[in-house]
Amino acid sequence: MAGGMKMYGKHRFPGRLFIVEGIDGSGKSTQLSLLNKWLQAEGYVVYFSEWNSSPLVHDVTKRGKKKKMLTPMTFSLIHATDFADRTEHHIIPPLKAGAVVLADRYIYTAFARDVVRGVSPKWVRDLYAFAVKPTVGFYFRTPLDVAMKRILGGRDAIKYYEAGMDIGLSDDLEESFRFFQARIIDEYEKMVEEFGLVSIDATRSIEDQQAEVRRIVSDALTGTKKTRIRRWLDLASLAKGSRI
Amino acid sequence: MAGFGFFGEGLPDIDLDELKGKLIVLEGTDGVGRSTHIGLLKEWLENHGHAVLDTGMTRSALAGKRLKQAKEGHTLGGITMSLFYATDFADRLESEIIPALRAGFIVLTDRYIYSLMARAIVRGADPEWLREVYGFALKPDAIFYLRLNIDDLVTRVLQSTGFDYWESGMDLHMGEDMYESFVRYQKWLLAEFDKMVETFGFTVVDASGSVEEVFENLRQRVELVAQRNGY
Repeated sequence: MAGGMKMYGKHRFPGRLFIVEGIDGSGKSTQLSLLNKWLQAEGYVVYFSEWNSSPLVHDVTKRGKKKKMLTPMTFSLIHATDFADRTEHHIIPPLKAGAVVLADRYIYTAFARDVVRGVSPKWVRDLYAFAVKPTVGFYFRTPLDVAMKRILGGRDAIKYYEAGMDIGLSDDLEESFRFFQARIIDEYEKMVEEFGLVSIDATRSIEDQQAEVRRIVSDALTGTKKTRIRRWLDLASLAKGSRI
Repeated sequence: MAGFGFFGEGLPDIDLDELKGKLIVLEGTDGVGRSTHIGLLKEWLENHGHAVLDTGMTRSALAGKRLKQAKEGHTLGGITMSLFYATDFADRLESEIIPALRAGFIVLTDRYIYSLMARAIVRGADPEWLREVYGFALKPDAIFYLRLNIDDLVTRVLQSTGFDYWESGMDLHMGEDMYESFVRYQKWLLAEFDKMVETFGFTVVDASGSVEEVFENLRQRVELVAQRNGY
């Protein structure tokens, strides 16, 4: 932290930060991985930032969830701790180096989730004031029913905290999940304007959404560093069929 | 007098009127004798019929163990460490301190948010940000700041445990050796504590006397707080 602590909107780095937000089943991860492929093929230095980076913080989160020890406050704080680690180790260094950093979910996930759990909206925004403001934050807007169909189709069982079971909306896991996600959507909708998120209509085809995302990202990439040698191998593999 | 309050944006779902106990904080740099006095005060209060909970930093069921490891490994960044401590504190506040206050206990705590803030500030965290983050903390009934000047502190530490890596702020690379680093680091912490005296209403207790003298001073003040009627 040498040199003092920079606040949201005050960081100045040569790199670019693109993040995606949206409820489970909005298709945001698919869109981000397609964007990743394209940026790499274009020769950008891309860094994909994963959640839960530090094993120490990760252990506390996992144990807290497993034993159901987390209150809305400690849930919020342990995730902020994890996010701080990610910021200090996996977001700021690559941005300083001029990379394009991609993140699946960002601080807005925490704002939505924690506020639904009863935490003060002002407090949680202050808590994350150290976060780097993204170059573009995409919000994949999805009606709840569409997202529910995608989720209930083919994923693992819904987890206790994901369904907001800790705040007692319903005793039924699926019903609680539905109520919880509906409230999360309300919070996202409020944030679109507050943080200038770019909404993408996630009911459109994957291809149409990706074309729009690439157009917006492309506009924000002027002057960004590329690797000297174009990645012909990647291009070759893309040509074989993974290209959309 | 009024009951408890929060510093800023408080905890969700807490009814402050239910908190009948007293929250008493002992603050001060490393080596001023906080834990000795907590032990003595606890015994004295219990002999006088008060139920006492004594608690300290990094002891939470949720994060205490991992936080100790993080400290030893010193691989986490400054903001991450500050928030890890805040998580640990929130867990103790919600699962130990508040339930004890609800049951009418006197809670004696060895350090509180002030030490956490001072340590984070010397590691570069923004003071305003820290105050907002710790807005969920309860305002204590009394904060006793055990104060020693730097020379007395060095003597005291040499006589007991010697210089410790962390208490010397060696992670900040402030001096050529442990002694130099300890002096600079603790001086800096002292300056931060001194700034907080007025802001947070610390009662300064001179910690340079004998254990008996300091304890007698503290005991009289704690007695007044314990007798104070909450409502």
